Amino acid sequence: MTMIPAPDISWIAILPLLLVTGTAILIMLVDLWMQGPERDALGWIGLAGLLATALAAIALWKTHMSAFSGAVAIDAYGLFFTLLFCAGSGLTLLMSMSYLEVTDIRTGDYYSLVLFATVGMLLMATATDLILLFLGLEVMSLAVYALSGIWREQQRSNEAALKYFLLGAFASGFLLFGIALLYGATGSTTLGSIAAAIGRLGTTENTLVTAGMALLLVGFGFKVAAVPFHLWTPDVYEGAPTSVTALMAVGVKAAAFAAFARVFLHTLATLSPDWSAILWVLAALTMTVGNVTALLQQNIKRMLAYSSIAHAGYLLVGMVAGRQFGGAAILFYLIGYTLMTLGAFAVVAAIGRRGEANETLDDFAGLGFRYPSLSLAMIVFMLSLAGIPPLVGFVGKFYIFSAAVRAGYVGLAVIGVLNSVISVYYYVGVLVRMYMTEGALEIPVLSDRPYLVATLLLTATGTVLLGLFPSSLYELARQSVLSLG
Amino acid sequence: MPLLSLIVFTPLAGALILMCMPKEPYAPLRRGAFIFSLLPFALSLCLLARFNPADPGFQFTETVPWIPQFGVAYTVAIDGISLFLLLLTTFLTPLVVLAGWGDIHKRVKEYMVFMLLMETGMLGAFVAVDLFLFYVFWEIMLIPMYFLVGVWGGERRIYAAIKLVLYTMTGSLLMLVAILYLVILHQQQTGLLTFDLVRLYEFSAPLVTQRWLFAAFALAFAIKVPMFPLHTWLPDAHTEAPTGGSVILAGVLLKMGTYGFLRFAIPLFPLAAREALPFIAALAVIGIVYGALVSMVQPDLKRLVAYSSVSHLGFVMLGMTALNTQGVEGSIYQMLNHGLSTGALFLAVGVIYERRHTRLIREFGGLWQQTPLYGAVFMIVMLSSVGLPGLNGFVGELLILLGAFQTQRIAAIVGTSGVLLGAVYMLWMYQRVMFGPLTNPANKELRDLSPREVLVFLPILVMLFVMGLYPKPFLSRMEPSVQAYLTRMHHKLAISVPVGQQAEQPPPNGRSDG
Repeated sequence: MTMIPAPDISWIAILPLLLVTGTAILIMLVDLWMQGPERDALGWIGLAGLLATALAAIALWKTHMSAFSGAVAIDAYGLFFTLLFCAGSGLTLLMSMSYLEVTDIRTGDYYSLVLFATVGMLLMATATDLILLFLGLEVMSLAVYALSGIWREQQRSNEAALKYFLLGAFASGFLLFGIALLYGATGSTTLGSIAAAIGRLGTTENTLVTAGMALLLVGFGFKVAAVPFHLWTPDVYEGAPTSVTALMAVGVKAAAFAAFARVFLHTLATLSPDWSAILWVLAALTMTVGNVTALLQQNIKRMLAYSSIAHAGYLLVGMVAGRQFGGAAILFYLIGYTLMTLGAFAVVAAIGRRGEANETLDDFAGLGFRYPSLSLAMIVFMLSLAGIPPLVGFVGKFYIFSAAVRAGYVGLAVIGVLNSVISVYYYVGVLVRMYMTEGALEIPVLSDRPYLVATLLLTATGTVLLGLFPSSLYELARQSVLSLG
Repeated sequence: MPLLSLIVFTPLAGALILMCMPKEPYAPLRRGAFIFSLLPFALSLCLLARFNPADPGFQFTETVPWIPQFGVAYTVAIDGISLFLLLLTTFLTPLVVLAGWGDIHKRVKEYMVFMLLMETGMLGAFVAVDLFLFYVFWEIMLIPMYFLVGVWGGERRIYAAIKLVLYTMTGSLLMLVAILYLVILHQQQTGLLTFDLVRLYEFSAPLVTQRWLFAAFALAFAIKVPMFPLHTWLPDAHTEAPTGGSVILAGVLLKMGTYGFLRFAIPLFPLAAREALPFIAALAVIGIVYGALVSMVQPDLKRLVAYSSVSHLGFVMLGMTALNTQGVEGSIYQMLNHGLSTGALFLAVGVIYERRHTRLIREFGGLWQQTPLYGAVFMIVMLSSVGLPGLNGFVGELLILLGAFQTQRIAAIVGTSGVLLGAVYMLWMYQRVMFGPLTNPANKELRDLSPREVLVFLPILVMLFVMGLYPKPFLSRMEPSVQAYLTRMHHKLAISVPVGQQAEQPPPNGRSDG
């Protein structure tokens, strides 16, 4: 009788995943007992779990290992993203602890879904096998589909969930088909074997690889919301509860970029002459369409949705520049983008109250001098998103565009900076409404919502400090990219 | 002692302290802002005292690595070119703050905070000798100015503020790409990754590259100067800005553009600059004449002064294109003159605007009878702007025309007409506002200058006379740095020309004609 050898189970390699999954399940259980005001405790459990995960990631930082027959890797690259997702989801939870009070969302379900989405993100960043990567994508996506429809009484929340689910299912299909083609051509789904096989392929297999690569590009393009695969973004971002929108804009996008960059900048790096020209066009289109369309928006969440599309475009510029030049820039940019975008959504959440979302740009009229601290935070986020020094958004763009110039894509860098000028108009437009027009909107007192204050403080401080002192984080990002091998 | 950093960041510290103070009462906020703008002035006087006039290079250098992976350092230093621009900034800001005591009655705290932030941005841009750092300060300046215009400005303030931001950003972001390109090219050819200006001065890019990079830098600076035909944001911004904003805008911010040409665009890309200088001179002269002609027909006092800025900055640019000692020194001197004279003109317009809430020339007339002190102050300021001998404007314009006459002869001749036109529109404006019968009953109640307002004008008036009668202490401190700048320029131009060829012969860019 022959035994099928069981693979070694390396608990260390999946420690972060286990911690987050465990926390999510714990929240589901504790939810059964928790009622009434002490439900904040659920959020605290979630935050503690994410903190433990982040600490585990820091403890593992020097480790470099591959486990489960090469399906999962512990490397600095994956850990960097683990930290990023812990921060992103943690801040989302923190924001939600105040924001959910103005909604009718059941907190227990919500918190555990956020954590399950985080599990998917972690898996996407650490997977080195396309099947596992796909699983991660699905775990994340399913949780986020549910989250975007979690505000059941709101029609647009339901619409967002359905729209996101249908289009997301398409994207998953493309991705899976791409994986199948790559498997057909190379006989493997692990990234290492695919990379090794690509060098010695015949003509037929090469065609398969190219087709598979194109399909992967479509799949990732959907998830990062690159033009022309972005059409779901504004409706879904507008319809979902604000804190979920923040998670989508930040976590989902970063996770998609984590996998995207690992596959394209590492595994398929030798084929970069094939894909970089396509990405060049996608980057230029994504930046331009995102920024120009954002100019026309009247709803702040739709505006931020288009702005997130535009930022995906800047990140694609980093992809075009390639791993050597653009890799660290992408990682750094994602951190900065996470902080400033989460902060901006936190401000949007702070302005809404029960029954009144207050999401049009005109609702911001005159807030500036009446709510000075909140508005100061908004100045920081808007200017940072616009790329004005000395904030982190500027440094991120500086890294991205210098990567492009260094890799010889001066034209793309020029398109990028011209797009930044366009973006200044709508970001500053928010400040115009806040400070230069009159309005009478009353918003809930901030000091009653301590978690929102904490979110704003953390994101604003991060936006400023990382803008002033970017070099250690950049060094970390550089090491992480080097760990890809 | 890190004197320069202290000067640059004292206003920032003041702004942070002011932010923590209560919104009301106004008096402590006003006094606080005034003190925090006086401190950098006091410190910059120490700087002036300790400045070594014989040293042509950078002095008081401070360097701290900032983003070492990219060769970015916090490097600040000063030389004879930037010294007086720094002093101009620290000199004008307290006066502007003091003027703001009277005409800013709402949101005083935020106004003062933005004014102080503005000062940090401007000072930083003048002392930065690292391209990255310069860019950071250059952009930082924009935001407070945007708020100053947009919040405290006139009726069309939002339009003016957005226009100011978009114009400036377009130029400066293209400059950012050019900076990156230059630095990376420098790294590829020398192996050294640095944004340090002194190192980059030694580097010569190929001519074709220089043309592109010079174009990007020149665009950013030409928008800021502003040079014809990129000047259209200026009249709007000036007119809509509150008095203090206009003074800072005219007095210091526009100098950023001319300073940028002198410090960055021309010396970094000398070969391209030499090709472009005749065009720049032509645009400068067009600006001189055009600005003067348009000024003449303005019904609004502030718009008139704004267009006169276009004209005066044309002189500054003309002097720079001469590439000789008189021209360049005249250019720097004229930057200071323009800062003082036009700043004072805006203050003077602000005085009557605050009392009458109108700036239309036809609303006034015969004010001299009612406000003789104000009339006298306005006259001196106006005459300095016209360039009357004995006042500062004359020295600058004379040097510029002397310099330009040697190398850009036609431009200099046409430019001279600007002096004449300048006298026409200024004197005519003055006549319509001050002389004649006092017909408008609204002006019969006009108060003369208050002691605080006298205090604002007095230091400027003193400087107008000092700089007009005894320019030597200023010029002698500029001279070594200007000489070094010119020597470096001519050296770089000479080694690019085959031996024996003179500067008058065509530049060696047509390789096929051999």
